[in-house]
Amino acid sequence: MSESIGNEMYTLRINGQDRPVKDAWVGESLLYVLRERLELPGAKGACEQGECGSCTVLMDGDAVCSCLVMAATAIGADIVTVEGLIEKDPSMATTADVIASQITDVQQAFITEGGVQCGFCTPGLIVAVHHLLDKNSDPTELDVKESISGNICRCTGYGRIFAAVEAVVQVRKASR
Amino acid sequence: MTVAVPLSLNEAFDALSRTPDARLIQGGTDLMVEINFNHVKPVDVIALRRIKELRTWQVNSNNTITIGSGVPYQEMEVGQLKELLPALAEAARTVGSPQIRAAGTLGGNLGTCSPAGDGLPVLFALDAIVHLQSAVTSRELSIHEFMLGVKRNARHANEIITGVTVPILDGWQGYAKVGVRNAMVISVASACLAVDKKNNSVRIALGAVGPTIIRCRDAESWLVQQLDLTTATSIDTTIAQEFGRRVALESKPIDDHRSTAEYRRHAVGVLAQRLITRAYTS
Repeated sequence: MSESIGNEMYTLRINGQDRPVKDAWVGESLLYVLRERLELPGAKGACEQGECGSCTVLMDGDAVCSCLVMAATAIGADIVTVEGLIEKDPSMATTADVIASQITDVQQAFITEGGVQCGFCTPGLIVAVHHLLDKNSDPTELDVKESISGNICRCTGYGRIFAAVEAVVQVRKASR
Repeated sequence: MTVAVPLSLNEAFDALSRTPDARLIQGGTDLMVEINFNHVKPVDVIALRRIKELRTWQVNSNNTITIGSGVPYQEMEVGQLKELLPALAEAARTVGSPQIRAAGTLGGNLGTCSPAGDGLPVLFALDAIVHLQSAVTSRELSIHEFMLGVKRNARHANEIITGVTVPILDGWQGYAKVGVRNAMVISVASACLAVDKKNNSVRIALGAVGPTIIRCRDAESWLVQQLDLTTATSIDTTIAQEFGRRVALESKPIDDHRSTAEYRRHAVGVLAQRLITRAYTS
């Protein structure tokens, strides 16, 4: 694939599906393409300079800031957004009840432990915590702190977020 | 605007010959900020992230390591790279956040050539060799000749930075940095110190306190006269303090939006004192 992409269509692999991106300026960030072109508004835009983490997505298994990825350069990468963490087909999630029945253990723990206040940072934190626990099922306190050091929350003071992570670790341990 | 996503260096050189003014992009953590804030609107971009040959590193037979320009910082924080190049591992760990370290690369640090780039003081302390290739040429340049000034380097427009080679030294090495908070921060001042026992020398390089990274040659040669670097197991506080003072004198900081020259000069002296104290505290 050495030919250049101009303003014609390109295709991204997102949440297990091939998603064509049409009529877009090729310099757009992945965050912009997800939210404005592909109707995936889970990742949030705040700082647009990689400092707040609210736009975090998984790219080939790494947590990255989607605002710092030029979308057209992400062809061939396996991208997972917060919407894609839900195991069932996200297109089925239409009513609040259905969505509530599909949320992940990490999302449920954030609710139960009060790790969500205004909620703007939450999708990025959920992705970062999933990424941590996929790689490390028994993280130390420092592991948890470092793993979310790129996700800024101005409401919770982080205590309830750490409690939510700890709750997931304990539940997953008990069910192993 | 066009975006090329070559899968090999040869494809990248083809793209570069078609669009000679293209911006080269590795992880994107610098360029995308400029684009998001409308500071630049590049005409053409060549993304190097899918070139596998740039994303590898190897230990060479002459006791050196060559690191591809596309190896992300997160790989330098762990494993053999951390064992063999501890200062680089420490510097890598201070870059941005896990999200930035998954994307950012030494190639990007070298391409941007900001004096605050966290990888650069390590490369200066280790006298790194920068590898540059074009479609028809290949050359090696000392890091000291590569970085020319603030965001200026000796790369020709038809060249791609393919990697760096650094020596594996026998001796303590470390990196320290001052910023406004612990995580997710751009350097206000930084320093890398490496002891080279075999050559009885010490190297110290400073970041964010001058137009380029600064090697403190005077402080280095002064210290060697005070201390036998190969046999010493501790260091007098007075020598460590004086070393810090001499390092600070060699810095050339400015006032800007991140800090003042006065604070930076003070901070970099403290960092040097701390690093040399750590080096000789077992």
